[in-house]
Amino acid sequence: MGLFQQLTEKSWIEEGVEADPRERAAPAHANGKVGLWVFLGTISSLFMLFLSANYVRMGYPDWKPMSEHGLLWFNTGLLVVSSLAMQWAVTAARRRKLNGVRNGLALGGIFAFAFLAGQLLVWRDLVDQGHYITTNPANAFYYVLTALHGLHLSGGLVAWARTFARAWRDHNVFDVRLSVELCAIYWHYLLGVWIVLFAVLLIT
Amino acid sequence: MADVTNRDIDYVAPAEVEEEELYHAHSWITKYVFSQDAKVIAIQYSLTAIAIGLVGLVLSWLMRLQLGFPDYFSFIDAEHYYQFITMHGMIMVVYLLTALFLGGFGNYFIPLMVGARDMVFPYVNMLSFWIYLIAVLVLVASFFVEGGPTGAGWTLYPPQTILSGTPGSDGGIVLMLVSLALFIVGFTMGGLNYVVTVLQGRTRGMTMMRLPLTVWGIFIATILALLAFPALFVGAIMMLFDKLLGTSFFMPAIVELGEQLSYGGGSPLLFQHLFWFFGHPEVYIVALPAFGIVSDLISVHARKNIFGYRMMVWALVAIGGLSFIVWAHHMYVSGMNPYFGFFFATTTLIIAIPTALKVYNWVLTLWQGDIHLTLPMLFALAFIVTFVNGGITGLFLGNVVVDVPLSDTMFVVAHFHMVMGVAPLLVIFGSIYHWYPKITGRMLNEGMGQFHFWVTFLGAYAIFFPMHYLGFLGVPRRYYEIGETMFVPDSAQTLSAFITVMTLIVGFSQVVFLFNLVWSLFHGEKADPNPWRATTLEWQTPETPPGHGNFGKALPIVYRWAYDYSVPGAKEDFIPQNMPPSKVSGKKKTKPRRAKRK
Repeated sequence: MGLFQQLTEKSWIEEGVEADPRERAAPAHANGKVGLWVFLGTISSLFMLFLSANYVRMGYPDWKPMSEHGLLWFNTGLLVVSSLAMQWAVTAARRRKLNGVRNGLALGGIFAFAFLAGQLLVWRDLVDQGHYITTNPANAFYYVLTALHGLHLSGGLVAWARTFARAWRDHNVFDVRLSVELCAIYWHYLLGVWIVLFAVLLIT
Repeated sequence: MADVTNRDIDYVAPAEVEEEELYHAHSWITKYVFSQDAKVIAIQYSLTAIAIGLVGLVLSWLMRLQLGFPDYFSFIDAEHYYQFITMHGMIMVVYLLTALFLGGFGNYFIPLMVGARDMVFPYVNMLSFWIYLIAVLVLVASFFVEGGPTGAGWTLYPPQTILSGTPGSDGGIVLMLVSLALFIVGFTMGGLNYVVTVLQGRTRGMTMMRLPLTVWGIFIATILALLAFPALFVGAIMMLFDKLLGTSFFMPAIVELGEQLSYGGGSPLLFQHLFWFFGHPEVYIVALPAFGIVSDLISVHARKNIFGYRMMVWALVAIGGLSFIVWAHHMYVSGMNPYFGFFFATTTLIIAIPTALKVYNWVLTLWQGDIHLTLPMLFALAFIVTFVNGGITGLFLGNVVVDVPLSDTMFVVAHFHMVMGVAPLLVIFGSIYHWYPKITGRMLNEGMGQFHFWVTFLGAYAIFFPMHYLGFLGVPRRYYEIGETMFVPDSAQTLSAFITVMTLIVGFSQVVFLFNLVWSLFHGEKADPNPWRATTLEWQTPETPPGHGNFGKALPIVYRWAYDYSVPGAKEDFIPQNMPPSKVSGKKKTKPRRAKRK
């Protein structure tokens, strides 16, 4: 039933249950997936509010934009590969190929770890160059936003580790399919967030 | 479309939906302490919220003692006074009202009312409570650190919040911000459960428009909270950085005790925007569940279907949406662009439309109803009156030109206490009297209940009505003492003392209420499974209080909306939602449900 139909139902004159037993026999989407989408809504609100704070703060005269670090392009590439590998795992799960799932997950995880390591390297480099968090509000926003993104990815890696362990133990692809899909959605989402953050860094 | 009669529909076999496996507790600890059962979590949430709420209540007495009898109590100095008002505000708004409505009522009633065995993510739900508890403990810990809790006012405006002139600017403010961040993390976990359970966990036949308004109110409020709390989170994190690491997100260049601090260039106004982007939806996070619950209380106790159900749902959605574009009406005096003020005044007044619609519908539900003046009904009626009173002063304050002189006076204090303090609390009390029989299996004592109601209701008016007048006189809020002024007459002090005395009396009646809760648990009259003869699913459970899994062997099937009261021709004056049409003698309904589209 469409949203509009649902919200315009005249529930006070319609009684009984659906005549078609297949209708609403089970929810159309898995609970986990709906939960993840709602969660992504909350995180979107979080990042959007941080970015709007960033935008407001930019307007003040003491804002000195940060020079972008070359390694960030490389890190972005790592995250893209990680996301692609996760998608590979999803496709393999749909085709019920357990090996593909394992390989995709392994690659996705490794590249995500590599991305985090790369981000830490950039941090260390920036600190070495004297770009401390207190030096300028632009730096402060850069550190806070990358830390927040990294923490979300780390949280994702916890879910990833559990999925990976199960994919390793279980021999039935069907059991891990949903978890793999959820990981992939989260990965693509965090890739999207990173691209937006990186773009904001580049254009300011 | 084929002509389908009700009879055909009655004989449709229940769909064979495989139920998800329910978590079962194996020991006392997993059953009552680290429980994953939403009902136990609800009670844990409620008890914690009430406990910290009592702290908030005592704090309000202490600050009223100072305002009513300045300089009489030597243990209340200016620093303590500011700490009392700050902690009172934050505790009542966030740790009591939000936690009780969503964590307490949400957890207990969403699964029961939608016909589910439990929340969809029970483990996450359990984590939600424990993180909330840690947040409360961190908050309480701030009373015991050096310098005490923060005294920055509940809005925590920088820069004064983290400057040394403000009480609790060392440990207190840090613990406050950490506690808020924890609360938000914990709430998000619970909130995911409430939303997804409403979307996914409904039993067969329970369409969105057959949900009781209680569920709708909590559902929309949770969505608001999931989108608005991140603003507070962002503000808290950035302020923690300013405090601990010396960044300048919010801190401008400033001199403290003759010394130039290393801060520079930050924007205190930015924090205000973030805070109120959370703060205004927060009003509705508290109000929308109250709206929903009170609709159900009125309908049940007036034995009449709610007037304009669809409008009530749409109004909840509209209020929820609008609540995100009014936040700067809290900032009219912050020096923002006048055109901003015009915009936010307009949106603020527009919110009055769906809100007034709800009030009309409550009144029209009562009209020609069979009104039973039970305790829940008394509280519901008191809510309508109080909410209208508090709402109308909101229209005053929503206008920039009226707000500017009244801003930061007692008028504002009176307004928001009426509209988001007293009004939601009345609903909380009403719903406790309403659902206590289901939760415990016993009725609350009526005599103590009547005492509690009349003292609370009349007492709240004795406290907050005169406060509006003090505001008109120009008595400022937040002041430790006003001393002598040209414009405030001496009689204002007498009125203030009267308010203080009333505060103590109303506070005492809450103690009676708490005593009633405990006393009735052991000595209350045994309750019928459905003492108010209500239609919603939580009253139709095989056990009272509902057992693990809520509904025994088979989940209920829902055939009708939640408001079939006094249906002409029906045997009883209510038809439970899970009563099949074939068992209802006498039909008022003519149109059967659409059989199938296409």
